[in-house]
Amino acid sequence: MSDRLRLNPIACQAHGMCAELLPERITLDEWGYPLIEDERVPHTLIVHARRAAQACPTFALLLERDRRRD
Amino acid sequence: MSRATPALGRAAGRAVDSGLPRLLAGVDGHGGMSLREHLATHGELPGERSHRRREAPLIELLEHAGLRGRGGAGFPTAKKLRAVASARRRAIVVINAAEGEPASLKDRTLCELTPHLMLDGGQLAAQAVGADELIVCVGESSPDSLDSVAEAIAERRGLPGAPARVHLSVVPSGYLAGQESALVSHLNGGPAIPRFTPPMPFEQGVRRRPTLVSNAETLAHIALIARHGSAWFRVLGVGSQPGSALLTLSGAVADPGVYEIEHGASLASVVAAAGGASGRVRAALVGGYAGTWIDGGLLNGVALSDEHLAPHGAALGAGVVVLLSAHACPVAETVRVASWLAEQGAGQCGPCLNGLNALAATLEQLLQGAAQGNSVRRIERLASLTRGRGACGHPDGAVRFVLSAVRVFSEEFADHARHGPCDACARPAELALPVDPRAGRLRGDPVPVA
Amino acid sequence: MNDVLAASSGSVYWYLTRSTGAVALLLLTSAIVLGVVDVRRWSTPQWPRFVVDSLHRNVSLLAMVFLALHVLTSVLDSFAPISLLDAFVPFAGAYRRLWLGLGAIALDLLLAVTLTSLLRQRLGYASWRAVHWLTYASWPIALLHGFGTGSDAASAWLLALSIACAAIVLLAVLARALAGWPEHLGRRSAALGGAGAFSLFLLLWLPAGPLGSAWARRSGTPSSLLGHRPSHARPATERR
Repeated sequence: MSDRLRLNPIACQAHGMCAELLPERITLDEWGYPLIEDERVPHTLIVHARRAAQACPTFALLLERDRRRD
Repeated sequence: MSRATPALGRAAGRAVDSGLPRLLAGVDGHGGMSLREHLATHGELPGERSHRRREAPLIELLEHAGLRGRGGAGFPTAKKLRAVASARRRAIVVINAAEGEPASLKDRTLCELTPHLMLDGGQLAAQAVGADELIVCVGESSPDSLDSVAEAIAERRGLPGAPARVHLSVVPSGYLAGQESALVSHLNGGPAIPRFTPPMPFEQGVRRRPTLVSNAETLAHIALIARHGSAWFRVLGVGSQPGSALLTLSGAVADPGVYEIEHGASLASVVAAAGGASGRVRAALVGGYAGTWIDGGLLNGVALSDEHLAPHGAALGAGVVVLLSAHACPVAETVRVASWLAEQGAGQCGPCLNGLNALAATLEQLLQGAAQGNSVRRIERLASLTRGRGACGHPDGAVRFVLSAVRVFSEEFADHARHGPCDACARPAELALPVDPRAGRLRGDPVPVA
Repeated sequence: MNDVLAASSGSVYWYLTRSTGAVALLLLTSAIVLGVVDVRRWSTPQWPRFVVDSLHRNVSLLAMVFLALHVLTSVLDSFAPISLLDAFVPFAGAYRRLWLGLGAIALDLLLAVTLTSLLRQRLGYASWRAVHWLTYASWPIALLHGFGTGSDAASAWLLALSIACAAIVLLAVLARALAGWPEHLGRRSAALGGAGAFSLFLLLWLPAGPLGSAWARRSGTPSSLLGHRPSHARPATERR
């Protein structure tokens, strides 16, 4: 079981806080919208990922438990 | 091959291949078939079997038949019904005849000429998933379809086995209005634009109830499979995609219109049945305006099933084929459609809105010979930035359309990059686009609905 | 001796009420400024977006802490008959009914904003945002409460602070209203109109009201208390 990042592209309004708080996984494209390089979040990054998800003003970034095996 | 002509009421209805027509059986172009005519043509609806059990044998039947959705996504129908049937709350069935794809006329055809088929399918599906409500969604730009379906619904009042509530919902025009979550949003009183999923409509849809959204043609097939069985369905078609399908053939062909084919039929045979190509064909657009271009030289070897189209990077989608004549400027056509696709986006998702607009702008520059730097590389980069980053499949389709155009028409694109507009640029459009949704008219050379 | 003690303890709470009120006003002003900076997405490498956003949230919470102290000390202050209920239920109290009531309204609005912000995740973005607009309403109400209720509104420092805060908030509202101009022209114009009207009202009312003569009596101070505490109150040593 791991945690996965998921983006709600409708809610996302390119505030960009997620990329500031989780640069290991998220960069911004030329329009300011997030590019998630790898959705899987290892345990070492889980605290930062959670903070990034909580910081999103529009709840666009979601951190979900995932039962899929990678 | 058999065909139907909704608007002008002319129909061929000739069975070229044995086993066809199936969906278009009995269609004679004198308006829609009445309930009596429908029952005379197809036989009685199978009795209400085990309507108390949530999972009726219908679902098993559909599983053996291998029916897949005909709205464009091709999702296995039995799987969808099973998912809705297994939900706790009482389900709702939605017949999706919204048909936002400009080059598609098949759902309109079903609505106007043989509405009882899809209504039968809707009724059967409702029984199978335990739904008490059936909603038929028809686009506002098809007044004839609306009238025909309303009449058919009225005719069926009191029919045994009908769901408690059957009603019509008018869907606003728009390319995305028929998208599954957009349709559900509209039915919930919101705008007809896609919503974020999950939860999927089959889990939480109209009024938060599990909702089966099925294309009109899919349900029409269900009506026949229920009557004749899964083995019958599989007599036509190919293993990976059994059965028949409705195809809208338009563009540089003598008799454009809706044809019923079996999956795997050669494109050449359909074009022949449509009176042959009206001149040299530069390329074919397969799958709709968000589909894939296939070079004219390859068309003789093209067969109409996903399995056979895959090597060309294409899929049958909602059964749309448009033939582009050699007279047209493929670059101008591509630019026109790409701009339209960008306009038709819901504008909700940044990457789609920005990406499709940037793609359209780059293409326009290329068309005018005002391209800066390597446009093709820019287009490819924009495509990779746009693909898969929306809430629905719209950006993916638009990107697929543009990339296949750049590939198939590489020569013409290179010409335009160097020299700007060509003589053919000024010609009227061959890929028609809706301009006045309320009137249901198309701009550019009218695609004859005959 | 007891008189002196009694008098001084009343004064302590009075000072605390005034000071926590002033700090709350300052913090609420900062919260609005930070909120506008946040929504306008201003940032630098040294001040990333998440910092501005966190600062806004934290300053707002701090403002609520001072507001709580402000309410508590005003209730504990034995001089004016303010009960805990009066802090939440507008116009129920006997002391300067209208002006205290405005404070209760401002508090209620801010409580709604705070609660919805703490429960954002559950409420969803749309509901949270709808309630959040109330912050713009709460501020002028709080300011009027400060001018009307305080016994020393005319004291220079508090007046200067209040006017400065009002100017800052006016600028913040302007910055907010201009963001994305000319979309939603009606709403933006209404906001600017309202801010302008309020500013004009202040300019006209202040000299005639709190800064004018006998404000304590005119604002509804119970007559039993009138004359006991002059408007420029000094610590107990000055009282008998």
